[in-house]
Amino acid sequence: MFCWGAKAKSLNAVGFPNARDWNPTEEDWKLPENWQEIFLEGMRERLSKYRSFRLFMDICVRCGACADKCHFFIGTGDPKNMPVLRAELLRSVYRRYFTKAGKMFGKLAGARDLDLKVLKELWYYAFQCTECRRCSVFCPYGIDTAEITIIVRELLNLLGLNIQWTMGPVADCYMKGNHLGIEPHTMVNIFETMCDDIETLTGIKITPSFNRKGAEILFVTPSGDFFADPGTYTCMGYLMLFHELGLDYTWSTYAAEGGNFGFFTSNEMAKRLNSKIYAEAKRLGVKWILGGECGHMWRVMNQYMDTWNGPADFLEVPKSPVTGTVFENARSTRMTHIIEFTADLIRHGKLKLDPRRNDHLKVTFHDSCNTSRAMGIFEEPRYVIKSVCNHFYEMPDGTTREQTFCCGSGSGFNAGENMELRLRGGLPRANAVKYVRDKYDVNMLANICAIDRAALTTSMNYWNPGMGVTGVHELVANALIMTGEKKRETNMRGDPLDMPVEEPEAEAGAAAPADKAAGGKANV
Amino acid sequence: MKAFLPFLAVIFLVLLVIVGVKAASLYFLFGVIVPYAALLTFLAGVVYRAVKWGRTPVPFHIPTTCGQQKTLPWIKQSKIENPSTTGGVVVRMLLEVFLFRSLFRNLKTEMHEGPKLTYGSDKWLWLAGLSFHWSFLIILVRHLRFFTQNVPGVVQIVGSLDSFLQIGLPLLYITDVIFLAAVAYLFIRRVAIQPVKYISLAADYFPLFLLLAIGCSGVLMRYFLKVDVVSVKMFTMSLVSLRPRIVPGVGTLFYVHLFLVSTLFAYFPWSKLMHMGGVFLSPTRNLANNSRMKRHVNPWNYPVKVHTYEEYEDDFRAKMKMAGVPVEKE
Ligand code: HEM
Ligand code: SF4
Ligand code: SF4
Repeated sequence: MFCWGAKAKSLNAVGFPNARDWNPTEEDWKLPENWQEIFLEGMRERLSKYRSFRLFMDICVRCGACADKCHFFIGTGDPKNMPVLRAELLRSVYRRYFTKAGKMFGKLAGARDLDLKVLKELWYYAFQCTECRRCSVFCPYGIDTAEITIIVRELLNLLGLNIQWTMGPVADCYMKGNHLGIEPHTMVNIFETMCDDIETLTGIKITPSFNRKGAEILFVTPSGDFFADPGTYTCMGYLMLFHELGLDYTWSTYAAEGGNFGFFTSNEMAKRLNSKIYAEAKRLGVKWILGGECGHMWRVMNQYMDTWNGPADFLEVPKSPVTGTVFENARSTRMTHIIEFTADLIRHGKLKLDPRRNDHLKVTFHDSCNTSRAMGIFEEPRYVIKSVCNHFYEMPDGTTREQTFCCGSGSGFNAGENMELRLRGGLPRANAVKYVRDKYDVNMLANICAIDRAALTTSMNYWNPGMGVTGVHELVANALIMTGEKKRETNMRGDPLDMPVEEPEAEAGAAAPADKAAGGKANV
Repeated sequence: MKAFLPFLAVIFLVLLVIVGVKAASLYFLFGVIVPYAALLTFLAGVVYRAVKWGRTPVPFHIPTTCGQQKTLPWIKQSKIENPSTTGGVVVRMLLEVFLFRSLFRNLKTEMHEGPKLTYGSDKWLWLAGLSFHWSFLIILVRHLRFFTQNVPGVVQIVGSLDSFLQIGLPLLYITDVIFLAAVAYLFIRRVAIQPVKYISLAADYFPLFLLLAIGCSGVLMRYFLKVDVVSVKMFTMSLVSLRPRIVPGVGTLFYVHLFLVSTLFAYFPWSKLMHMGGVFLSPTRNLANNSRMKRHVNPWNYPVKVHTYEEYEDDFRAKMKMAGVPVEKE
């Protein structure tokens, strides 16, 4: 259960060290002569740079509270996938080289020499952690194994030991502006196709702008949204929403990626990729940035972007041109999450919605790891979903909100060769979905993450065949009554609508959100 | 093996001090030099470790959020589980330190046929952990009566509350029972629960055996062998007043107790017991989730090589123009 090793070509594109083609299944990983020295030196440096790292190496009491909280441990039963043990793999090396007890007592003190076997083990298990932070919620000291995985991956990176499924997108994003390597003319093409589909559906012609200077808002979303189903439906949802609002916004082909696979290689690489967003906002002279539905993207935007590439003093505090709401919680980064933006619109009754158009769907919501445990977006998406759908059901306690389970493929290993691990890791999430399917006939799994849309589709096909996966803005687009639209025969996917034939009155549509607002609020 | 060696080590410590005082009469060594040295090691060590952690920067703002963020005014924020202010953080930390909030969340994940996963509440570790720590703290506070001439009111109150059951003579302290039971439970779970056994190291068993031995020697002294408390207090006060004096008649058992406590103190800073200090510094708990509102500065932030827009346009100008995307340079 592993992904193929990173190729020299991709590593060279971003100037990473020790680039070479190598194969994890082969005995010889073609490591540099002094690999131990590089690794330990890297460790020493990071111990002095990250309090989290040093502290988490020192204070674990091995109480085991985190053990059965990791979806990979639950799904594989492999004891080394217990978060505490994943951390111990590195902690044992830390003891051996950086603590007195480890130097003196060696194995007795739980210390291990850094040999090839240990290195390979570190590699294997660093790529069986999706950096989801679920363990950190339960640890009495907040020890975040994701933080340790991040460091281990940085160290492995010094030795050229990354995985291609992460490195390929990093190189593409660096050179071409997005993970999927979509070049500017292709991107424009893709959008034209999406807009054609929207026209077929609604009779409305949308012409989005790219790299337009002087726009009020720069919109950034993960490129997965305009690459493949079902992400594209969500992307079309953005286009329709913005068109209906008459929003003065632009896409960028240079900052065409909201996600950040660099984050799965090293802090420095993540910063290098992330820098494009502020740089582009500055070049285009926009007032603020709006970001699409994505998980790890929002961990980066919330916890890292301003620190790396801020201050964004050339921007203004985000203010919705439709409702006048100032997004105070983004006072410094000047970047707002689209679900905050849309929730605010609905709350102010600015959208005409007909939730009956989603009546063919019984929806549940998957909280993405990063927006949950590194941000805390819980009510906004629920409010939006309840405003646009009549049938919404929660998954059982212990599997939602801050205790949500990873899709199983996060942090850059959605690779085909890695299928067994992904499906095993996806089991806890899939099992909770199965519960609401069996109980309430749920047939649609909503989320606000591009990786989820890809990963959960695969996981559901295996564990819960027939379960659909959707972004929240696809549901919004289904329900959105656009000015001058023709009668909708189908939903965004071209499936027939399951609703009474007569057209809803405009008032009825507009009233819906207000009713829902009360319902949503009671739940807040 | 991982449990056996620490067990032997504690036995060895006990024998060492018995032989030391009984056969070799090393009263001054075990009664004075070792305790002073242990206390100094403890203080210096804790400061050293805390300063080392404190000096290590916190480059990024990485709180683990466990509730609704601060967002639109009509959505209720979870002000403690996802604090955005210092006040919220303080309350969150207090709950962690005094009530082990995160441990209270503990669930037991079970896999059944199907596969079907269930999540049951599992509060035993929380209960035992909390009982152990609180009784340990109360016992420490009660011990202050040996180290103060006029025993402070609080210490007396704690003592009388602790013995309110009024059983036996000397009165039974409830915390003594809880302490031993809780530590025993923490040990038993380490050997009885398979995953916990798998992750346990010698360094996890040693403190438990040490604490058990300290507790047992204390209980033996108080309830069974009934040491001469007056002599003990004369001796402890001589330590406090920095005019150490060996008082005859305190008994070997007392030296055992004292030596084990000294070991605990000296061992503390170099071990996982330092979680006591670490818990306060943990960046996933002690930061407010306000990094979109207020810029967090990384002291070692440095410029990095980026792929600039100009370079990008140079690569794609023709294609951009073809697609009607505006360019800077024609
Ligand atoms: C601010 C003070 C402290 C806090 C918040 C704290 C918190 C915790 C927590 C949450 C655990 C995990 C649960 C458990 O196993 O009980 C733990 C374990 C432990 N603590 Fe503390 N602790 C503190 C001080 C101390 C002190 C002063 C000692 C001194 C001996 C100590 C000894 C231990 C031991 C031995 C364990 C491991 C128990 C086991 O093996 O399962 N702690 N602590
Ligand atoms: S919950 Fe925290 S302290 Fe306990 S074993 Fe896991 S990482 Fe260590
Ligand atoms: S961060 Fe997630 S994947 Fe990684 S060890 Fe913790 S629970 Fe497992």
